Amino acid sequence: MGSTNSTLLKIPNVEVLMQETGFSPAHIIRLHDRFKALDKEGRGHLCPHDFGAIKELAMNPIGDRIIGAFFSPGKETVDFHTFVKILAHFRPVDKDRPKEPNSPEPINSRSNKLKFAFQLYDQDKDGKISRDELLQVLRAMLGMQVTDEQLESIADRTIQEADLDRDDTISFEEFRKACKHKRFTMFRFCIRPGERKLMLTLCHWSSELQDQHEL
Amino acid sequence: MVLNFNERSPFTFLMCVICIASLGYGANVMAFEPTSTSPSKLPPWSQVEDTDPDPDPGETTQAVFTLNYPRIQIPFEITLWVLLASFAKIGFHVYHKITVWVPESCLLISIGLIVGGIMHSLHEKPPAVLTSNAFFLYMLPPIVLDSGYFMPTRPFFENFGTVLWFAVVGTLWNSIGIGISLFAICQIEVFGVQDITLQENFLFASIISAVEPVAVLTVFEDISVHEQLYIVVFGECLFNDAVTVVLYNLFNHVAALEVVEAGDVFLDIGRFFVVGLGGTIFGALFGFVTAFTTRFTGKVREIEPLIIFLYSYLAYLIAELFAISSIMAIVICALTMKYYVEENVSQRSCTTIRHVIKMVGSVSETLIFFFLGVVTITTEHEWNWGYILFALLFALLWRGLGILVLTQIINPFRTIPFNFKDQFGLAYGGLRGAVSFALAFTLPDNIGRKDLFITGTIVVIIFTVFIQGITIRPLLKLMNVRKTNRNQETINDEIHKRLMEHTVAGIEDLCGQWSHYYWKDKFMKFNNRILRKILIRDNHPESSIVALYKKLELQNAMEVLDQMSGDISAAPSLISLHEERKNASKSRKKFLSSDVTNMHELLSKNMYKIRHRTVSYTNKHTLPDDITAREILMRRHTSLRRSLRAGSFHGTNAAKMSQKYFSLPMGRSLNSRFPPRRLVHAGDGDIESEINYSSIRHPQRVSSKAVMPLRPLNTLKEVASSVNTVDGQNEEQRGCRRSHLGSNVSRSGHLTSHLPHGSSRNCSDGDHDAWVEEPQNNSDVQHPLMRRPHWLPQKPHDK
Repeated sequence: MGSTNSTLLKIPNVEVLMQETGFSPAHIIRLHDRFKALDKEGRGHLCPHDFGAIKELAMNPIGDRIIGAFFSPGKETVDFHTFVKILAHFRPVDKDRPKEPNSPEPINSRSNKLKFAFQLYDQDKDGKISRDELLQVLRAMLGMQVTDEQLESIADRTIQEADLDRDDTISFEEFRKACKHKRFTMFRFCIRPGERKLMLTLCHWSSELQDQHEL
Repeated sequence: MVLNFNERSPFTFLMCVICIASLGYGANVMAFEPTSTSPSKLPPWSQVEDTDPDPDPGETTQAVFTLNYPRIQIPFEITLWVLLASFAKIGFHVYHKITVWVPESCLLISIGLIVGGIMHSLHEKPPAVLTSNAFFLYMLPPIVLDSGYFMPTRPFFENFGTVLWFAVVGTLWNSIGIGISLFAICQIEVFGVQDITLQENFLFASIISAVEPVAVLTVFEDISVHEQLYIVVFGECLFNDAVTVVLYNLFNHVAALEVVEAGDVFLDIGRFFVVGLGGTIFGALFGFVTAFTTRFTGKVREIEPLIIFLYSYLAYLIAELFAISSIMAIVICALTMKYYVEENVSQRSCTTIRHVIKMVGSVSETLIFFFLGVVTITTEHEWNWGYILFALLFALLWRGLGILVLTQIINPFRTIPFNFKDQFGLAYGGLRGAVSFALAFTLPDNIGRKDLFITGTIVVIIFTVFIQGITIRPLLKLMNVRKTNRNQETINDEIHKRLMEHTVAGIEDLCGQWSHYYWKDKFMKFNNRILRKILIRDNHPESSIVALYKKLELQNAMEVLDQMSGDISAAPSLISLHEERKNASKSRKKFLSSDVTNMHELLSKNMYKIRHRTVSYTNKHTLPDDITAREILMRRHTSLRRSLRAGSFHGTNAAKMSQKYFSLPMGRSLNSRFPPRRLVHAGDGDIESEINYSSIRHPQRVSSKAVMPLRPLNTLKEVASSVNTVDGQNEEQRGCRRSHLGSNVSRSGHLTSHLPHGSSRNCSDGDHDAWVEEPQNNSDVQHPLMRRPHWLPQKPHDK
């Protein structure tokens, strides 16, 4: 692939990016292609509109939250760096990463993944999942047949289970503890790049998940 | 107990009806068929009829009541048979439990067997439906069109390689393997079938390798097998038909030859490719022509469905004319034209097309299975234990082997490899059905052992359909058994897990994981630039989401108007409920374990599945149902509209549009009541729907409390203004159709939806306050999460 190097050179600060995120050059290129494909007007950055054009994402119950996660507060565009950095959350955890005491935690660490998930709930970013935020998520994920009373009781139960300091909200620590349950591992929450292919293959993960979810 | 009885009685009643009908039919045929072998059975009065059809005017005895059966005989018989088959179908679903355990094809064959038994005892022959012409020209095209039209395109193309691999190479493997093994068996003198030549063996083998999807897909769907497996089975069966027919013709041709030369073989192989590719190209051509024609049918909406059917059928017939694969032609035609046609035709025509295709395909299939049963009893069988049993054995064996080997070869090329469970499903799910049956029946008579082949085919079909069809479900379930008790999961686990799944599915879609996306992208570009302009009438390059919104908007508007005369007061009071809740939530509730179990059940039943199963390529016998997608889209849509109202902070045209809607009063402080909710409106406020169409549709979700009378009245006006049939729709359409505006709309909409935090900084406080503080006349802020129709309570004063 002689073109890989030339493509890589076109991306600014690509070495920093690779180091921060841990993606291989091939993956960076693949993501760059995808970025360009999404950025239909060639502006070099993405807006929510571009994300919105992905039809499957629109069909996702929490699609808008996922999209929102790409846009940091106040910004209305996503450049390639941010794009890759957010996606880096989904790389598999590097199991044999040497533990350097002073280096920042890699983006795809377990804790950061949990933070990402936490942010999907906590839209107002106050560090806590309030009952209403939980209700919103539940509403989005559940079909219309569920009445509000049922929703409310589910939300109440959820908070009850997780809320240890009894403030009626779930803080990040409580969330983390709730997710430590042995059956529910964060290893599922990752994208596993394929060995043979240059593309991100997420399906290996998802087929495992499907096994989990068979009736 | 009582209930069971009640359920059973209509069923048994129908069974009686069926039997009587068939008896009556038999009697009819017996009475009126002039060419019947036993003319002595004709009752005397019909003879009078026959001999004296036209009484002279001078004759004194003018019959007052005449019976002229021969005139209507053929249509009458056809109608009766179809009706009989439909009754059978109705009968099955009356008693629901049957269809869960026994696939419909089994039931149909059983009924056919019964009717066949009746007919046989009356010494009648079944109608000559299974001639080559009748089957291939009339009964097969609807089935194949049905499969092709409802084929989920995206998964199909993504798995295209695998599908082709299994269909072509798999069928070849099966045919050749079975043929050779049977030939080897033939050499053993004991079985007495030495006269069957190799070519004939190959012919027979090709007949029994044709796999039929119907029963399998139903079972797969119930067990929620994952999409990949489903689509591979579906596609394999489809192409399998084409391949089998080609092989059949090939071997037929070869069997007729006395001497087979190498040159002939190569010619035949070349022909195979010509046939396949030719069919595809032909189909695509017809698909485009259809799409082009529908571009001009704007004024004559009534004939749109007709055009679709005619073109598809024409594709089939002309492909038959050139002896290229007609099945491929019609399938590819349906695939290509579907996309463009559904944009061009009206909503009603679209529905009509789908319904008619489903109906005719379903009837055709039912009839074929039915006749399978009938013919089983009424034909003369030639039975040969050794040959037939070995044929069955080899059919199963070679399929299993084939799947195993082929999967090993193709797994490295797949993004989702097939695990052992999938392979088992694929192999065991290889039921034979209609096509094998028809092919066996249309064997030319110069094949010596035709009856043996027919018997053999019927045995294989019946075995696979009954035994495999009935047992595949328990077996797959067995392989899927999870050992841990689901209830040990906490509610937290379930919710978080599902959220993560959705997230990863979303990210997958975002990254465009499909390995062929490059080609798809290229094709889509070509499509947008050239094809759409030619083939689609009003070509507005809009994102698919906007198109979907428009469709939903139309449908919803119509539904709202239907309901408007109805129970609008179903808009329940959210205040009252909220008041209840407000206090209740403060104290910690006690949850009984039964409550928790209920919650688990609720969650498992109602949480949206991730997209792998959201796509509704479901049961072959029902129309695809996209309720989930609609729900999600509706929510998003209403949030988009609502955020329009909140005003776009881009200050673009969208803001002007929002003035048509209700702008919201300003001036309240954000922190008045419930601080955490201040930023709730955008995006996550998609949960609240100001025009909650679904709650209108599901009035059972209404709260028991009385309605605040003011609200509905006010908002009726508002609703009327915005969702007025003509104006509202036009408004929306105009809004969405102007691509410039449209993109602004969606952009701002999405922005507000997706930047909940960002919006708080950019928006003026006023927008937010108003948004949250909507129920002005009530002191508390409405619970944003309550899915109540959130009618904006007051007339807005413009910003």
